[in-house]
Amino acid sequence: MMTDETQTEISVEALKAGDRAEFARLVDLASAPIYRLGLKMLGNPQDAEDVLQNTFLKALQSLGNFEGRSSPLTWLYRIAINEALMLIRRQKPQVEIAEEPQDEESNLPTPVQLTDWCCLPESDFLTTESKRALDAAILKLPEKLRVVFLLRDIEGMSIQETSEALGLTETAVKTRLLRARLNLREQLSSYFTERLIEEREK
Amino acid sequence: MRHQHKQECNELLGSISEYVDGSLHEELCRELEHHLSECEDCRVVVNTMKKTIELYQTDAPKDGLPVDVRQRLYKTLHLDDLLHTTH
Ligand SMILES: [Zn+2]
Repeated sequence: MMTDETQTEISVEALKAGDRAEFARLVDLASAPIYRLGLKMLGNPQDAEDVLQNTFLKALQSLGNFEGRSSPLTWLYRIAINEALMLIRRQKPQVEIAEEPQDEESNLPTPVQLTDWCCLPESDFLTTESKRALDAAILKLPEKLRVVFLLRDIEGMSIQETSEALGLTETAVKTRLLRARLNLREQLSSYFTERLIEEREK
Repeated sequence: MRHQHKQECNELLGSISEYVDGSLHEELCRELEHHLSECEDCRVVVNTMKKTIELYQTDAPKDGLPVDVRQRLYKTLHLDDLLHTTH
């Protein structure tokens, strides 16, 4: 995923000293994943770009407080996630009322959809409609589960990195990840079971 | 016969995410695999969960930032003069 010019680690010292070229390097290292995160969190390019710009503006402002205990990328992720959540709250204040996902493993939702749709032809998974169903399912996830799923399963961060970026315990990350996966599995199962029925009717 | 398994199914549900990641504790892993060998429902849940994750991972675009988005970002950050020096 990394290109040659991003191989060398970003120097936190240079960033703090106001080295603009180093900051530009950080921008090029981090902007693509942050933009993708914004796209999946908010579902549209305009909001994703707002999150992207605000993230780096905030980063510039708070560079002085950055202690370098986590990597600059993790630090930026944390800012970006806060920006995205703030934007969601501003757009849909009623979402806030939604109950907090429990971080315990108790009361997990019992799986409802029990059809195995994995055997569908591979081409059925690649249609524009299927891709749209995938995106729509993510947007239906409670935002606190969504962000864990995005970091862990889409961006490929480890449980530990995800917990650092979100300021959560690893146990909480694991439980939210499980809940997110169960939720998405239900949604995709509903969608692809219908495809399966169509397939059999052909 | 399926309903007789339900209690055990629910108890093992908390483990399937780590199982799918291959990070489940060995003992629990054996227990779960034993259960899977005789519980069709849980096999389906594990299979479709794996497939769900796989679909999202293959669907994820790994391409870079759109050129115009990058330009506007550099402008906002007053880094325009550095725009040409990188790719
Ligand atoms: Zn079972």
